[in-house]
Amino acid sequence: MMFFLEVLIGGLMAGVMYSLVALGFVLIFKASGVFNFAQGAMVLFAGLFFVGFMELGVPLLLSLLLTAAVMVLLAGVIERLVLRHLVNQEGIILFMATIGVSFFLDGFGQTIWGSNVRQLDVGIPTDPILLFDGDILIQSFDLYAALVAGVLLAILVVFQKTRIGRALRAVADDHQAAQSVGIPLNVIWVIVWSIAGLVALVAGVMWGSKLGVQPAIVSLALKALPVLILGGFTSVPGAIVGGLIIGAGEKLAEVYIGPLFGGGIENWFAYVLALGFLLIRPQGLFGERIIERV
Amino acid sequence: MSTSTAVADQPLLSVNNIEVIYNHVILVLKGVSLQVPQGGIVALLGANGAGKTTTLKAISNLLRAERGDITKGHIDYRGERVDQLNPSALVKKGLIQVMEGRHCFAHLTVEENLLTGAYTRGEGRKAIEQDLEMVYTYFPRLKVRRKSLAGYTSGGEQQMTAIGRALMSKPDMILLDEPSMGLAPQLVEEIFDIVHKLNREAKVSFLVAEQNTNMALRYADYGYILENGRIVMDGEAAKLRENSDVKEFYLGLGAGGRMSFRDVKHYRRRKRWLA
Ligand SMILES: Nc1ncnc2c1ncn2[C@@H]1O[C@H](COP(=O)(O)OP(=O)(O)OP(=O)(O)O)[C@@H](O)[C@H]1O
Ligand SMILES: [Mg+2]
Repeated sequence: MMFFLEVLIGGLMAGVMYSLVALGFVLIFKASGVFNFAQGAMVLFAGLFFVGFMELGVPLLLSLLLTAAVMVLLAGVIERLVLRHLVNQEGIILFMATIGVSFFLDGFGQTIWGSNVRQLDVGIPTDPILLFDGDILIQSFDLYAALVAGVLLAILVVFQKTRIGRALRAVADDHQAAQSVGIPLNVIWVIVWSIAGLVALVAGVMWGSKLGVQPAIVSLALKALPVLILGGFTSVPGAIVGGLIIGAGEKLAEVYIGPLFGGGIENWFAYVLALGFLLIRPQGLFGERIIERV
Repeated sequence: MSTSTAVADQPLLSVNNIEVIYNHVILVLKGVSLQVPQGGIVALLGANGAGKTTTLKAISNLLRAERGDITKGHIDYRGERVDQLNPSALVKKGLIQVMEGRHCFAHLTVEENLLTGAYTRGEGRKAIEQDLEMVYTYFPRLKVRRKSLAGYTSGGEQQMTAIGRALMSKPDMILLDEPSMGLAPQLVEEIFDIVHKLNREAKVSFLVAEQNTNMALRYADYGYILENGRIVMDGEAAKLRENSDVKEFYLGLGAGGRMSFRDVKHYRRRKRWLA
């Protein structure tokens, strides 16, 4: 039983990070109807810039700020060069555009910073923590990562109630009406892509510290896809709960079902779980209530 | 240099011979001119597809999002050309549109909807909260429903929310597109009463697009009739109401009552479907 709890807690903590990345997707999808395939590449991109600055001897905090500035700048460039020109196009065309952006970021980041695995140490403790008289062992690194992601999630949820947050939700609901009251769409797009960039930065730093900054981070970030299928593409609570379920589910599956397959199922289990779920509830756990009333 | 009297005489809004084309090929407005004086209520009348909404969107510049373009003519607001400004800049200048079909933000509460109207204002909480109270005094029903999601409120409440939301931007002029659409006659009356009150008390000028000619001409000072993208008649509201053509085609009071407004509407709609 204690062992089960240990695995469950570890999985939930890993899941918080999935929730965070999934939320990056949801915000962009709601505000601009764009399914941002580039979110995964943005995580690597941010991680590469951050580790690059660190290696140049820039202090930790300043590196964070500089990378954040790079991500905001990137949001502006994407709006200016891509979104603005495709605004009235169909969803699939915008999706293709983000695939293009994804490969560009992936490659461009490596062009600048090289493609070898980079170790990253931001000073987060890595020693294990014992709970319940040593019956449960958790990694303090995972705990810190979960805390950071949790705090950021909380900020984003509170942000929804602010003036800008309200404007984001208004644009998500009806972008013509939002324009009619004077909310400028391009400013809102830059804001949501910046938020997605900052989410990517946090995920890049956390995963980068754990695994090294390397291209494999992209596929880790794309674990947000099954999270989205589970939680629904437009639901903030869905992204959060979905991330936790995927995080816990894949760890438990690895431990309890994995041996049947000879292990190593953690990489694909989330997708199978999501596919199964898709067959039963295509709109996701919390697929947004569709209000149809005229 | 214009003298102060010249400024006072100048219309608040003047649309000068504009032509609008959708998708580069569909010519919808074929030279429309109209004026709204400071403090006036002007009605823009016409059947389905006449071009009322297009005219209003040309003014508020929501046209661009519909792939529409003003290809001729110009629009002046307070004597200044505004046809190149984006909607956000126009709202800051005090010119705002309430769209046809209300378009409330369904997943925001009524109060949050109202607050989005204050987006362009850089003012602090206090001023905005005062205006919220002001909106609630015009629309007491909204205060009761303030915590409900706008998507779950009635059509009348949504129309009030949409107008209240526009009021939160502190407008000098509201472009109001078919406020009567889908509302019971009693509610339509109530909405127009409030429009009238806002005009007198808050000094908001209105350009109201309406199919409900009767109601619009009762509250407006002046009216324009649009047909097929052209102004075919204009005049003081009281005079238009007495005009025999208007009576026959738009008020459904033709000799023998052969042609009601409803017939005209169905005819146009058919034409549009077949087109
Ligand atoms: N986005 C668009 N693209 C192409 N044509 C359009 C578009 N919007 C409107 N039209 C056409 O322009 C004409 C005028 O439409 P508009 O909506 O301005 O009329 P209206 O007077 O507001 O009608 P209603 O009373 O039905 O609201 C119609 O023939 C319509 O089909
Ligand atoms: Mg219309």
